[in-house]
Amino acid sequence: MTSFPFENRVWDEHETLPRDALAALQVERLRDLVDRAARVPFYRDYFALHDVTRRCIRTPADVRRLPFTTKDDLRRHHPLGFLAVPRRELARIHGSSGTTGKPTFVAYTAEDVRNWAELCARFLVAGGLRPEHTCQIAFGYGLFTGGFGLHYGVERVGAAIIPAASGNTRRQIDILRDLDPEVLVCTPSYALTIADTARELGIDPRSLSLRYGHFGGEPWTEDMRREIEDQLDILAFNNYGLSEVIGPGVSGECAARSGMHLQEDHFLVECLHPETLEPVPEGEPGELVITTLTRQAMPMLRYRTRDIARLWREPCACGRTTARMSRVTGRTDDMLIIRGVNVFPSQIEEALLRVEGTTPHYLIEVDRPGTLDEVTVKVEIRPELFSDRMDRMQALRERIGREIQTVANIRANVQLVEPRSIERFVGKAKRVVDRRGLAG
Amino acid sequence: MKLQQLSLFLENRPGRLGAPLEVIAAAGINLMTLSLADTAQFGILRLIVREWEKAKRLLEDAGWVVNITEVVAVDVPDRPGGLADALKALEGAGLNIEYMYAFSLRRGDKAILIFRFEDPDAAIDQLQKAGLHVVGAEELFQHMP
Repeated sequence: MTSFPFENRVWDEHETLPRDALAALQVERLRDLVDRAARVPFYRDYFALHDVTRRCIRTPADVRRLPFTTKDDLRRHHPLGFLAVPRRELARIHGSSGTTGKPTFVAYTAEDVRNWAELCARFLVAGGLRPEHTCQIAFGYGLFTGGFGLHYGVERVGAAIIPAASGNTRRQIDILRDLDPEVLVCTPSYALTIADTARELGIDPRSLSLRYGHFGGEPWTEDMRREIEDQLDILAFNNYGLSEVIGPGVSGECAARSGMHLQEDHFLVECLHPETLEPVPEGEPGELVITTLTRQAMPMLRYRTRDIARLWREPCACGRTTARMSRVTGRTDDMLIIRGVNVFPSQIEEALLRVEGTTPHYLIEVDRPGTLDEVTVKVEIRPELFSDRMDRMQALRERIGREIQTVANIRANVQLVEPRSIERFVGKAKRVVDRRGLAG
Repeated sequence: MKLQQLSLFLENRPGRLGAPLEVIAAAGINLMTLSLADTAQFGILRLIVREWEKAKRLLEDAGWVVNITEVVAVDVPDRPGGLADALKALEGAGLNIEYMYAFSLRRGDKAILIFRFEDPDAAIDQLQKAGLHVVGAEELFQHMP
């Protein structure tokens, strides 16, 4: 019998459906989805050309008859070219963070918003949220889906919400001290910022009332989880989602904390090789490709998330039967090409983790002073890594450089820097500064 | 007999050396001595102060990474050959020095050598057997104004 750090609870019976019943439900929903998607010109044209109808769907694997959708497709049909319902039926419009130009809009009907609340409630309850708790939400409330999605989930569970929103870390700490919430919702890097800032104010972050944290919105690591848990004295849970398919609520961790349970009754998730677009063997890393089974306003067929993760279907100790996904370990599109070598920031992070005790506060800087690319990896020094002996410090630097060469196959100039000298971001952590001007 | 030495990690940029020293100065803590080891990229600042615990806390609160190392102080006559004689005695005892630095006292005719050994306790033993005078914290800080 596995022991959990708190009572294991399941919010919705769909989370524990037998696999065959789940597959039958997916097929039924996939067929209805084909009908709904036919109202979107982009999909209708494809269906006409490839003779796709609801009758093509006999098993969940028949999703492969459907076309892929990319971020570029959404941009080309800006602002609302993917609507499958009349405009008057919309209840909400959110937008993805416009890191590459205009935001991509995502529309919801009232039913979509209700489903979204349920999905967030599921992972929150799986991660310890109870109706008697108070939860501080330090996510932005706005076009970004994080704030509202988690807000609705917490509300659905029946817990009290402090909608602190993002930013003003000192005020966040004042609220934490005044109102003693048990639960914190934000990005993982912001949780560390809160702990750092508390210490700067002379407050022991472990003395805060927090017991649980639900973190998402950016990739993070097990090492970061340990650091957050240690610094804030909480249990930290990972959740995953992206605005193009709904926002948070695609998957989240249970008390067993070995992978995030995918909400497979609402999302059909494939794990594909990013170039061949063939399924990777179970448990191997690949690009997550998501089909929304229940979205009304803006159904997405095989949306290419660009997120790299692993997927597996072994039963979980918590009783949920749903497939689980690993942390997102990389992006197919923040790939850097350094002197012709493909490099993911996640590889640099892995190299840093291999060097004992290194936390992932790092920054990759890419320059092209002449014709050749030069990579500098700045790593913040931690007390555990610091020695008064110069030979040990040089050895540390060399070891990081060797690990980067081993993992990422590039030669990087490793620069040890003072603590907190790398800028912290309230939203998504910035890991790469590319000064080569390649993006034009 | 051992002294507590503070070590700080510094980036090799203009102004980085002055900043921690200002923190210590603002608290009225006087430096007995310091040493700086540096590369083109970063440096390690080592400090000997009487109120090392207070200095460590202030520096850490201000954001520096600080560690404490036990070092050994030996006094030698402040004259030509004073250091060379002491080192000869150390070599004879087979002690391996990680690093060292030296300064002379304002009053009197003594110079102080600060040694970092892998095993300071064993080193003190050997130093004393070799006839060298190991200076403890109390004695050393008596020389401070």
